[in-house]
Amino acid sequence: MVTDNIQSITPVLAVLVSAIASVLILAFGRYPNIREGWTFVAAFIKFGLVLSMLPLILAGKTITYTLVEILPNIPITFKVDAFGELFAITASFLWILTTAYSIGYMRSLKEHAQTRYYFCFAIALSSAIGIAYSANLVTLFLFYEMLTISTYPLVAHIETKEAIDAGRKYLVYLMGSGVALLFSTILVYYYTGTTDFAFSGIAGLALIPKATLAFLFVMFMIGCAKAGFMPLHSWLPAAMIAPTPVSALLHAVAVVTAGVFTAVRIILYIFGVELMKSSGLWLYMAYFVSITIILASIYALSQNNLKKRLAYSTVSQLSYIVLGALLITPHGITGGMLHMPYHAFMKITLFMCAGALIVTAKKENISEMNGIARQMPITMIAFTIGALGMIGMPPAGGYVTKWYLLLGAAELDQMILVGVLLISAVLNAAYFFPVVYIAFFKEPDHELKYNEAPMFMLVPIVITAIISISFGVWPDAPGFFYDIVSIAVANVTGGI
Amino acid sequence: MAGIIDIVYAEYNYWIYVTLMMIGFYAMIAKKNLIKKVIGANIFQTAIFLFYISLSDIKGGTEPILLHGETSTHAADIIYTNPVPHVLILTAIVVSVSTTALALALIIRIYEEYGSIEEDVILAARRKLNPEFSEYARQSEVDSQ
Amino acid sequence: MTFDIITNNLPALTVIIPLIAGFLTPIIGWINRKLCWYHVMLTMFIVFLITASNLLTVINTGTIHYQFGGWAPPFGIEYVIDLLNGFVCIIIAFIGLMVSIYSKESIKKELPGKTIPYYSIYLLLVTGLMGMTITGDIFNFYVFLEISSLTAYALIAIGDRKDGIVASFNYLIMGTVAASFILLGIGYLYAVTGTLNMADMQNILPTIYDNKVVLAALAFFMAGFSIKVGLFPLHTWLPDAYTHAPSTSSALIAGLMTKVGAYAMIRFMFGVFTPAFVIDMTRMTEILTWAAALAIIVGSVLAIAQSDMKRMLAYSSVSQIGYILLGVGLANVIGMQGGLLHILNHAVMKSALFLVAGAIFYRTGIRNIHQFKGLGKRMPVTTTVFLIAGLSMIGVPGTVGFTSKWYLVLGSMEAGMWIFVLIILASSLLNLAYFWRVFDNIWFGHPHEVEKIKRDEAPLSMLIPMVILAGLCIFFGIFAYYPLHYILEPLSNMLLGIGVLP
Repeated sequence: MVTDNIQSITPVLAVLVSAIASVLILAFGRYPNIREGWTFVAAFIKFGLVLSMLPLILAGKTITYTLVEILPNIPITFKVDAFGELFAITASFLWILTTAYSIGYMRSLKEHAQTRYYFCFAIALSSAIGIAYSANLVTLFLFYEMLTISTYPLVAHIETKEAIDAGRKYLVYLMGSGVALLFSTILVYYYTGTTDFAFSGIAGLALIPKATLAFLFVMFMIGCAKAGFMPLHSWLPAAMIAPTPVSALLHAVAVVTAGVFTAVRIILYIFGVELMKSSGLWLYMAYFVSITIILASIYALSQNNLKKRLAYSTVSQLSYIVLGALLITPHGITGGMLHMPYHAFMKITLFMCAGALIVTAKKENISEMNGIARQMPITMIAFTIGALGMIGMPPAGGYVTKWYLLLGAAELDQMILVGVLLISAVLNAAYFFPVVYIAFFKEPDHELKYNEAPMFMLVPIVITAIISISFGVWPDAPGFFYDIVSIAVANVTGGI
Repeated sequence: MAGIIDIVYAEYNYWIYVTLMMIGFYAMIAKKNLIKKVIGANIFQTAIFLFYISLSDIKGGTEPILLHGETSTHAADIIYTNPVPHVLILTAIVVSVSTTALALALIIRIYEEYGSIEEDVILAARRKLNPEFSEYARQSEVDSQ
Repeated sequence: MTFDIITNNLPALTVIIPLIAGFLTPIIGWINRKLCWYHVMLTMFIVFLITASNLLTVINTGTIHYQFGGWAPPFGIEYVIDLLNGFVCIIIAFIGLMVSIYSKESIKKELPGKTIPYYSIYLLLVTGLMGMTITGDIFNFYVFLEISSLTAYALIAIGDRKDGIVASFNYLIMGTVAASFILLGIGYLYAVTGTLNMADMQNILPTIYDNKVVLAALAFFMAGFSIKVGLFPLHTWLPDAYTHAPSTSSALIAGLMTKVGAYAMIRFMFGVFTPAFVIDMTRMTEILTWAAALAIIVGSVLAIAQSDMKRMLAYSSVSQIGYILLGVGLANVIGMQGGLLHILNHAVMKSALFLVAGAIFYRTGIRNIHQFKGLGKRMPVTTTVFLIAGLSMIGVPGTVGFTSKWYLVLGSMEAGMWIFVLIILASSLLNLAYFWRVFDNIWFGHPHEVEKIKRDEAPLSMLIPMVILAGLCIFFGIFAYYPLHYILEPLSNMLLGIGVLP
């Protein structure tokens, strides 16, 4: 499938908007209103820029722009294709909501160092969009490392010993895996002379020996520790010590999704569908991520802290996305890619609800939440919608992606994978329903009055919950995520 | 045995320079007294000078000064010693002297500060003077946090 | 007409201008002490312009040969500027200029009353380094080596700190051993070739490579230069010297001395001996790579153990020198480019870091990393420079450290030495470990006390060079294409004897 290519600087601008905003945030650090104003302005401009490229993408075109050649043959290039646009839209839209939510959260708790917080947030968003629009591995690695570094201060935000230790853990895991990513990037360059993403994978890779290819694949997957694969996942629950908006956006959307995005990019755009199929790598990796799916859900069952439970749920759900990409059929890939925005919206809803509980009810542990729905009905209804989505039940969107994933697995006759998906759905239900049950039906310890979270927090929650429902009710709305995904799938599978 | 002696005798100048150089090197490394270290350095360098000078000498050679009254046919018969190493060594001597001067100046300063020119005394004094960077102080500070 | 005289003699002026200016400094200082700084800065600026012009000439028209007094080589002394020393010269001049700007305030505080000797020695050090780099005559090289060494000893000892004197003395002893080895090697080569001109020597040597004297000469050179650059087992002088020198001296010496030593090593291996000799016949380059790999790891590990900021940076220098020599020792075009690029990169990063250490010491008197808490609020610009330079050392993409890492890893792959790939990547994690410790101390720790800390930034004349260097860390991280394409690629081919006639 030939795609038209358009030269345009828009993707660069979309990346730079929040970087510029970060400078302004720093400059106006003393005036909270102006500072947060800049964040809002940047968020809207960014979303506008990202959205402005959507019609072209839907028309089957791609947009590229080469910024600079840092080393001979190693350019920093941006390329907007359907898959990148999918991630960019998700991240930039959720930034708007999280900004509003952050203002409510940070002001309610009177957090310190808020300027640093917004500054790092803006840089992190730049990096996330940069990852989405990278045209080659080097550009991607540049933003990948930027994302790690800029989110460290957010994780260690409260600066207690515990937080700094968590930050260190975060850094060691992510920078350590960054080294693996760099190594595999250089290896790809060494063997093929290019690091550009291509719809059918890099052709030269088919020529290298099988053992090397497998090694390269393993190194790449270690490099994607941001995606939270099981042996390298423990930074994610540790990072939950961060303020909840950070957990929400970064650890449900930007950072982890960036990791998954990178993993899928590598699987589909570096190795390519054909090579994955012919080398049989997809099956090993599929089994491997299945372990993560199941184990993380079991871990989640044992968590009493709500944010930690959500974190393990994230670990499990992220592997769905990778599993989808590994099920190298159009249906499987559709399921995986579609799960990326769906999971982002549903998980951010859950995290924002958890944050609202912390701010308003001062409750972090599930065991303390008896009857909390009487105090915060809207929040808990939103939570229930998100939870339903996670489990894969209508009306939220989760069932759509799960359907496609099951279809993909069934098409490949991988009944084990089908079983994994079904078991995991049961486990999801097992750790989400008790929360819903406790909140709605258990008698509270003492009388609770209606007392919702501040508007700044409540409105974003409601918006994401509504969008989550729309995923399930009308998934193929024109110009919506399904359209983008179907173009991306057509790209990588050769337009079937 | 005779063979070895012959070898040594045939190039005795090189043997002398090597021996001197090792003496100097030993003094630089092993002596605790700073002045002795400097003396060692001087011996070391002088050995190298000797090497250069002996290099330039040719048996039966004369000073490299154009002899008066020689005709061009005779000039070809005269063997001059090589002047270049002498010139080089003049420069190297200057360098050596300035190094020695600087080293001695430093020793004077060291003596003023520490009251000794013995290396182990100075080392002990430095350890005492800079507790802030010793491992013990660092650890206790880490523990106190 | 007068203009012609200047333009024809630019190579000589590179050395002569700082030399004369160095001796003029006491006179100018006698007139007015404050003029010294302007004088030094102006001199360094002129030298920088000259080196830039030299480099441009080399890029455009090829190697410059300059004969002193009209005596043709091999009898006269010749200055040869090719891409290699043109590249190193401009680094020397630039770092020299930056540090001279910075010196003004720092000297006022750290070396009151020693302004005039400091500046005088400073210019003589630059003279020595320039001379070492630019000369094409092997004995002339030795003389300049000694000039730079003697001035460096003096610059380290000039401070009021007692430790500086001892460090300087130890450096002097080590340096004398190194210089004597080099002198001896020169003597050996002179004995077998009868010439002192490097290019001439390179033509004669291949015919007598089976001679043991040549081998001994190579061994003496490598031992001597290994001490000079502070290659791992011979690095013992380096941490003390860098730690106890006054801030400006540390920045200059750390930024330049070891780089010029590395340059000399490269020049002797590939410009006096031939690539075939050092790569295939003696396998000196292979030995060098292993020593360098060891230095990378040990230097980084020792850096983690330090609590003195400058000492940490000094050990990190030991490890970074390993990068340069590893790249050179790999002896393929890509690795060589990485090594040479790291000369530039490390000069920029390390000078910036030492300048930051100096600025922090200037304002607070603190050198212990554990006391850095709250500095991020107190000195935001300085600490940001530190962040950028530190990230460069770690090798984050977009900074200079990344580009050299990329080339070194690729070069190691090309050479089939996978263990070096591992070592380089592991070392970037070790760098992360010791730099992040400092970052943590600067920005995190005491959230509530931090609010009370007032801004107390270093003076502008100290900030400007730091910010410029930090800017270059990023500039060359993004635009590494230019030095690589115009200088380092042809240079690496030339050094390895690829694509040019022997």
